[in-house]
Amino acid sequence: MAAVALSKSVFLGTGVAESTMFKSTSVVPVRGHIVMTSNFEKTNRYADELKQTAAFISAPGKGILASDESNATTGKRLATVGMDNTVENRQAWRELLYSAPGLGNYISGTIMFDETLFQDSRAGVPFVDILKKQGILPGIKVDTGLQPIDGTDGETATQGLDGLAERCQKYYQQGARFAKWRAVLRVDNEVLPSSTAILENAHGLARYAQICQANGLVPIVEPEVTLGEGDYSIERTAYISEKVNSHVFRLLNEYNVILEGILLKPNMILPGLDVPTPAPEEVARYTVRTMLRSVPGAVPGIHFLSGGMSEEEATLNLQALQAFGPTPWSLTFSYGRALQSSTLKTWSGKVCIAFLTTPPYDPDID
Amino acid sequence: MAAVAMSAGMALKSSFCGAAVQQSGATAVAAKPQRVAMFAVRAGGYDEELVKTAKTIASPGRGILAIDESNATCGKRLASIGLENNEVNRQAYRQLLCTTPGLGEYISGAIMFEETLYQSTSDGKLMVDCLKEGGILPGIKVDKGLVPLPGSNDESWCQGLDGLASRTAAYYKQGARFAKWRTVVSIPNGPSDLAITEAAWGLARYAAICQDTGLVPIVEPEVLLDGSHGIDRTLEVAEKVWSKVFYFLAENNVMFEGILLKPSMVTPGAECPERATPEQVAEYTLRMLKRRVPPAVPGIMFLSGGQSEVEATLNLNAMNQSPNPWHVSFSYARALQNSVLKTWKGQPENLEAAKKALLVRAKANSLAQLGKYSAEGEAKEAKEGMFVKGYTY
Repeated sequence: MAAVALSKSVFLGTGVAESTMFKSTSVVPVRGHIVMTSNFEKTNRYADELKQTAAFISAPGKGILASDESNATTGKRLATVGMDNTVENRQAWRELLYSAPGLGNYISGTIMFDETLFQDSRAGVPFVDILKKQGILPGIKVDTGLQPIDGTDGETATQGLDGLAERCQKYYQQGARFAKWRAVLRVDNEVLPSSTAILENAHGLARYAQICQANGLVPIVEPEVTLGEGDYSIERTAYISEKVNSHVFRLLNEYNVILEGILLKPNMILPGLDVPTPAPEEVARYTVRTMLRSVPGAVPGIHFLSGGMSEEEATLNLQALQAFGPTPWSLTFSYGRALQSSTLKTWSGKVCIAFLTTPPYDPDID
Repeated sequence: MAAVAMSAGMALKSSFCGAAVQQSGATAVAAKPQRVAMFAVRAGGYDEELVKTAKTIASPGRGILAIDESNATCGKRLASIGLENNEVNRQAYRQLLCTTPGLGEYISGAIMFEETLYQSTSDGKLMVDCLKEGGILPGIKVDKGLVPLPGSNDESWCQGLDGLASRTAAYYKQGARFAKWRTVVSIPNGPSDLAITEAAWGLARYAAICQDTGLVPIVEPEVLLDGSHGIDRTLEVAEKVWSKVFYFLAENNVMFEGILLKPSMVTPGAECPERATPEQVAEYTLRMLKRRVPPAVPGIMFLSGGQSEVEATLNLNAMNQSPNPWHVSFSYARALQNSVLKTWKGQPENLEAAKKALLVRAKANSLAQLGKYSAEGEAKEAKEGMFVKGYTY
């Protein structure tokens, strides 16, 4: 069994001069089409800023407030407290959230919808300025929604790549420093998600992430294995989440996405809705195991979504995760409903915001 | 955080379900359900043992002694000290290594070639038993070497999958508890996507088969030192290689808590005029690992690939100056054996001195694993480079 003596000078019939062989940006035409591409990170002027932004958002004790509900979805929320879906009501609701005194002690970034990023408070102060004063970075939802993948059983792709670069530039100019794109995968006992859905969603996330980084925005990569009906086990969710994450990271790597400049927004590991809710310790054990198997240490923060969990559940589960540390990435939150639900109910559209928001925890008082 | 009424929580769950159905689109096309895919959750019989073995090998202050040179390569080692390449000499040499007292304090595993796994010492004691008694787990090289890869740019691929399952089962019976498979990637030759894909896929298949039969697979895609490329290029290639490796490992349902890695450090090519300090090698190598290696992997055991004994130790030491998510250690062959060979020279009267020399090198690397090594007092020979251009293993 002869081993091969590797010779550096044999390129089959190419006539390429030796001196060009080792430049990392040259195209070397050979049988097999080897192309050496230049490093995306080296040529990206935002590389350092992306890493700093991601580190800031994922700092210990901080998390993300997700307030990027589309107008339609916001309307549903407002309807639950008897309010009409008008631009003024949406403005008032977001103003309440962003003006909560001391919010910046706990929240490092908030994801906004397009309308909100360009909106002002009722007194005419841009929301991005209010947030800046709070020490909170504005983020922006950039996907344009879910679309069915034909030939699958209710599986979806996420739209939004067309014109994304230009939109990112516009958002960056307005003050956004991170972005979000939600990919959704269904899971069941045997068939879902299909490989088609996994590949489609992983691809969308990777392209989106690369475009964001090229334009100064830290991409939140959200491959949500969504909580659904059925009696599939927590083991099944863990296994599928690992598979999905493997494809996602494979494609992020293929597109040269800078991992120190992304944040991950995964689901916690939960069984199907027809299975009794497990204790926080069990959720935490499976969740951390999945993260350890899936997520390289270069990613600074894992911000869990709260999908399907109550406010209290979401917080208890998050707390339980911390017992499994230390980990190379922070285990934190990007919560929408789990942060907003009771606040919305308490407010119910009444104007006296200052008296109705819960004051922040003050260790000197409490 | 505000406290919440549980009823609000319940309401959320049910409205979530309603929302999910709506969000997936009113125009969803009704589809035939796909063929049932056998997504059985992996439940291997050896899972617990694999985790335990991997953790034992990746224990603080310890690393791997690689003594798995094929007979031909071992012949080269013996020739360098004027010895003939026959079984008696190979036995004498491996016996020296396997019976060094106190070695188990620094060495947690020893990778063997097949001949040695079944060999006994001149006193009739099995080599595997000598190792086990010394607190060292026996490992076994299972690949069948590199051969030319057609359709590539003069690159190679690693053979050994045929009949691998029955071989590994037999090795386990003989006492082996971990395995090794070495494939290579060459930067001067590209590397081509084909070569990287083949390397990664072969490793993944080998790893899955090993875990199925109770052996912890050491995953070794060596990015060869040959070439005049700079350290940035090595980083780029290493990132590409490890990305594919982990992707295919996952596709093959390999359990990450039960594997070990054997990467090459990220350094400039051997013929690159710009050299790198240990701190630079550490910085680049750790950056690569943090970008590509999930924390679930318990141990990363570096190969020395032609570095001098001292260089290999200094670089390892630099990588252990702050905590890492995985055990960062060594799996050295030449970097542990070079001084030993030169001291022994095949003479029985040199046996004790040779064993001492092995302990010196093993201890140095143990200290490096703990981040406590200093090169003061190292012999001149230990600093000599061992790079051989176009080295064939």
